Amino acid sequence: MIRRAILVDVSKCAGCGECTQACQKANAQPSHDAKRFDQDTFTYLTDRGNGVFVRRLCMHCQQPSCVSVCPVGALSKTAAGPVTYEPERCMGCRYCMVACPFGVPTYEWRSRAPRVRKCEMCKTRKSGPACAEACPAEATLTGERTALIAEARRRIAAEPKAYHPHLYGLTEAGGTDVLYIGPREPKQLGLPSSIPASPLPELTWRALRHVPDVALFGAVLLGGVYWITNRRDEVRRKEGGGTKDPE
Amino acid sequence: MPTTLKRVSVTVPRFTFWGLVSWALIAALGVITVIRFSHGLGAVTNLTDAFPWGLWIGFDILCGVGLAAGGFAVAATVHVFHLTDYKPILRPTILTAFLGYLMVILALAFDLGRPWHIWHPLVMWNPRSVMFEVGWCVTLYTTVLFLEFAPTLLERFGLKRSLGLLRKITPVLVIAGVILSTLHQSSLGSLYLILPGKMHPLWYSPILPVLFFVSALAAGLAMTVAESWFSRRVFGKPLETELLGRLSRVTVVVLALYLALRFRDLYARDALSTILPLSFASLLFLVEIGLGAVLPLGLLASARFRRSPRRQALAQGLVLLGFILHRLNVAITSVEAATGQRYLPSFAEFLVSTGLVALGIKIFVEACRRLPIFPEGALPARHAPAPRPEPARGEPAPVSAAVALPPE
Repeated sequence: MIRRAILVDVSKCAGCGECTQACQKANAQPSHDAKRFDQDTFTYLTDRGNGVFVRRLCMHCQQPSCVSVCPVGALSKTAAGPVTYEPERCMGCRYCMVACPFGVPTYEWRSRAPRVRKCEMCKTRKSGPACAEACPAEATLTGERTALIAEARRRIAAEPKAYHPHLYGLTEAGGTDVLYIGPREPKQLGLPSSIPASPLPELTWRALRHVPDVALFGAVLLGGVYWITNRRDEVRRKEGGGTKDPE
Repeated sequence: MPTTLKRVSVTVPRFTFWGLVSWALIAALGVITVIRFSHGLGAVTNLTDAFPWGLWIGFDILCGVGLAAGGFAVAATVHVFHLTDYKPILRPTILTAFLGYLMVILALAFDLGRPWHIWHPLVMWNPRSVMFEVGWCVTLYTTVLFLEFAPTLLERFGLKRSLGLLRKITPVLVIAGVILSTLHQSSLGSLYLILPGKMHPLWYSPILPVLFFVSALAAGLAMTVAESWFSRRVFGKPLETELLGRLSRVTVVVLALYLALRFRDLYARDALSTILPLSFASLLFLVEIGLGAVLPLGLLASARFRRSPRRQALAQGLVLLGFILHRLNVAITSVEAATGQRYLPSFAEFLVSTGLVALGIKIFVEACRRLPIFPEGALPARHAPAPRPEPARGEPAPVSAAVALPPE
């Protein structure tokens, strides 16, 4: 199976909005002007001035925070690349929304059976992501991640004046399957900056991996203390002949 | 305990002020329940996509679990360390903890978007998720607490055989309870480890799990003292002054350890420099640490101060305040400060939190009336819902309690 990834080339984007329209159609959402992530918006364009338009969508991290924090495995990183969601498993704790460093997942706040909503990279669409197919300017490309990285580097090298050298997503959060290149540095494009270069789930694992040890050593230690103090108590009870018994 | 000086006894009306308030809060809880489950979370909360966790996580869950930590601490003291002097406060503490966890689970049913899937973590595993671990621990520990509480019920109904069986496995239960509590009390802090970029450096720390565990110990002990104080007011039951004084000394040690850990970590990460210039967040940090940890540590360290049970309760009240502030600062203030998002709980969110507290207290009082919770047995003698507080012998009227009291 081909691993699916996306490259967004901000320098080539003219802000026509075909991608957002295609996205809404592909996800059976009412056609609307997409301004921010919400329950009916998985992608939107922001006007950064001087003809620069930046599209946002789920970054489809290679080691996603949302997948790692989900207590029921409702979110998963599929072999094909997309980070997908199964509402039948979800219990609605919204930890994924809290944990996402890119602020992507949204919620159906007014629903009685709410779902987490986000881009799933058109997981069931045979011909790949609808946004990439719709783009008339080659500003959104889809394909293998390694091929996209090569293409991004080729574009940067071919027109060094049109591009800032930072390839966003190469190392952010340990690497993402959605990549960005553009005319300015990521921060000026409005992309979340100060994202650590290492996968965020490692931060949790550093603490969580001690759980079996705490249980094991805790049981031995407390059991030992009980054994010793209980013995002392028994001796005292026999010698004193008292009736004092610990419940 | 010797006689207590009774104040002018007024004929107690059928409903007291607090009795009415608690019923009103419970009724409001009922109304909001209906709206919450018919119209969704958005209809009653101020939660947004940018701020998906609010008061219910920050207070009901994070504080609720921590405040119930007295349960495992006192159970271990009595059953594992065999310090049987503490037995008189064991049952009320276990009951407080058990009810605390039940209220936490109720709060979770409000907060979860799909609460009918609340059991999913038990069958759909993701061992890499802190929430998964917390879910398992809370489920198991609530079961343990029920079994630790069960002897009270069995005694009441005279079921001797089951009682004997339960007593045999008590040490195992208690040890399991301590391990489970250690794990999930700290894991509530681990929940936030994945948010380095979304929290203010005064609160984000790699040792959050340790801080959560130690501060939960302080809060659990403070609740034990507060609950004894409450029982005296409601049931006119004598205080175990000497025992509580010893608990307060433990509090001093726990607070000292907490402050050492906290400042060692803040210093190592150079986070203290973010206090200035003063902001809303750093001001709250100073209140949390100063009023909620340093001050009670100083007060309780003084033997003279500890001698007055009322002052002791006051200082332990400060510990509770500091604890609650810490959890709310982690869950709300620090996230607001780091992300620039604003969140103020809605009135309905407040009502759910207060309603659950009122419900918990109500059940506690009723249980104490009907079951042998205290060494004195069931306390049905005072049928007035909430009699007036009686100052202990030789103490001034409680008016001055509102003012912070320096050591004499």
